[in-house]
Amino acid sequence: MNLRLTLLTAGRVLRQIRGDHRTVGLLLVVPCVLIGLLAWMFDGTPFFGRIGPALLGVFPFVVMFVVTSVATLRERTSGTLERLLAGPLGKADLMVGYALAFGLMAVVQAVIATSFAIVVCDLDVAGPVWLLLLIAVLDAILGTALGLLASAFAQTEFQAVQFMPGFILPQFLLCGLIVARDQLPTALSAISDVLPLSYAVDAMSAVATQADPLPDAGLDLLVIAAWIAAALLLGSLTLRRRTP
Amino acid sequence: MMNNDPAIVIRDLRVVRGDTDVLPGLSVDIPRGQVVGLLGPSGGGKTTLMRAVVGVQRIAGGSVEVFGLPAGSASLRPRIGYVTQAPSVYADLSVRDNVAYFGALVGADAEAVRRAIGEVDLAPVADRRVATLSGGQRSRVSLAAALVGRPELLVLDEPTVGLDPVLRRDLWALFHRLAASGTSLLVSSHVMDEATRCDRLLLMRQGALLADTTPADLLASTGAADAEGAFLHLIDSASGASR
Repeated sequence: MNLRLTLLTAGRVLRQIRGDHRTVGLLLVVPCVLIGLLAWMFDGTPFFGRIGPALLGVFPFVVMFVVTSVATLRERTSGTLERLLAGPLGKADLMVGYALAFGLMAVVQAVIATSFAIVVCDLDVAGPVWLLLLIAVLDAILGTALGLLASAFAQTEFQAVQFMPGFILPQFLLCGLIVARDQLPTALSAISDVLPLSYAVDAMSAVATQADPLPDAGLDLLVIAAWIAAALLLGSLTLRRRTP
Repeated sequence: MMNNDPAIVIRDLRVVRGDTDVLPGLSVDIPRGQVVGLLGPSGGGKTTLMRAVVGVQRIAGGSVEVFGLPAGSASLRPRIGYVTQAPSVYADLSVRDNVAYFGALVGADAEAVRRAIGEVDLAPVADRRVATLSGGQRSRVSLAAALVGRPELLVLDEPTVGLDPVLRRDLWALFHRLAASGTSLLVSSHVMDEATRCDRLLLMRQGALLADTTPADLLASTGAADAEGAFLHLIDSASGASR
């Protein structure tokens, strides 16, 4: 991996996003609107305190998954991927460049969404707020890494968008937000023990409810980091320099 | 000292796609410092041959060497500029940002970016997003993104399609200036009248090389008045011989 080429690529991806004001707006505003909506729905009940933090981990994951899978698919179909791989850029430079750029977007998104949840919606967080942000950013990078991987299996943008329900919804259903994970049927509970979003939600809940969440959340973060590494590795295997 | 070894040496190159032999076994040497035209009807294997030279084509047999190294070697990649037929640049970036990014990957500076944009005559629109440009302008952005690094070998797949005559003339003049300074160029076209602008010609049809010659020799040996007539003559005699 070449750091200079990686940073150049991350800069290029950020420049592409920056040129698209509507996407930037949607990335930053939509999570706040949804969190506001939830806070309002559950006004006067303890539910928002329970699922609010978990959603702060789910939004960046979902949004970055969709954005990345479409962006990478465009790179494949426009011929720029072939051009890049014919040049000196390595596969890892490209993958990590994308992860860095979207990771940075995720930092901004997480700061805004978390501030909105705490300041405007009065979300109570027992643990340190920086840990909440760290988890949100890792969730976003996880979404980016899985999006890069998913884009390899899509030939059109329509297919890429379909991966959202295909890849994400099962994880969302099994992550413990709807039914606590230990109350799921045994087989589903075992599956949810493998899926990365479960750990994202667990980590967020730990920060929300524990004053010293690091022992619990730290382990969850390690699992998420392992998933990121595995997805980036698998994703880079799907990038082929030579094609038929 | 001038190096007289060929830029590209291809031996028994075989490419199979599905169950058809796109290139059934092609051998050719391509010289350094010249504009070599790759001509022939579309579907004849021109793009496949160029992809093999650049090292992005999966090959079924034979060998392709560029500057003495196997095509696709890591050390070759910064030395080759490749322009695909469809413009492969980022539509949501400006002309300058595109050329600067592809340039920076091979170590080109801001001055090289300015020069490359000027060479393809896009300076007036350098700050516009590529999405807002015409098809001909987009393909020139793609060309500038390859020129910017001053590669030793330029592989250009139909770079002059859809351009007006003045611009085409200017680009061919640029190709010859680059060749004079030592760059090797492999330029494909399906427009036969561009054949006469090349130093050397490769005529391809159905994955086979019909001729490896110069424009003057092509006309002399076939007795045709123009490149198109010469090409038809070669096809007729090739199919006559196989009958």
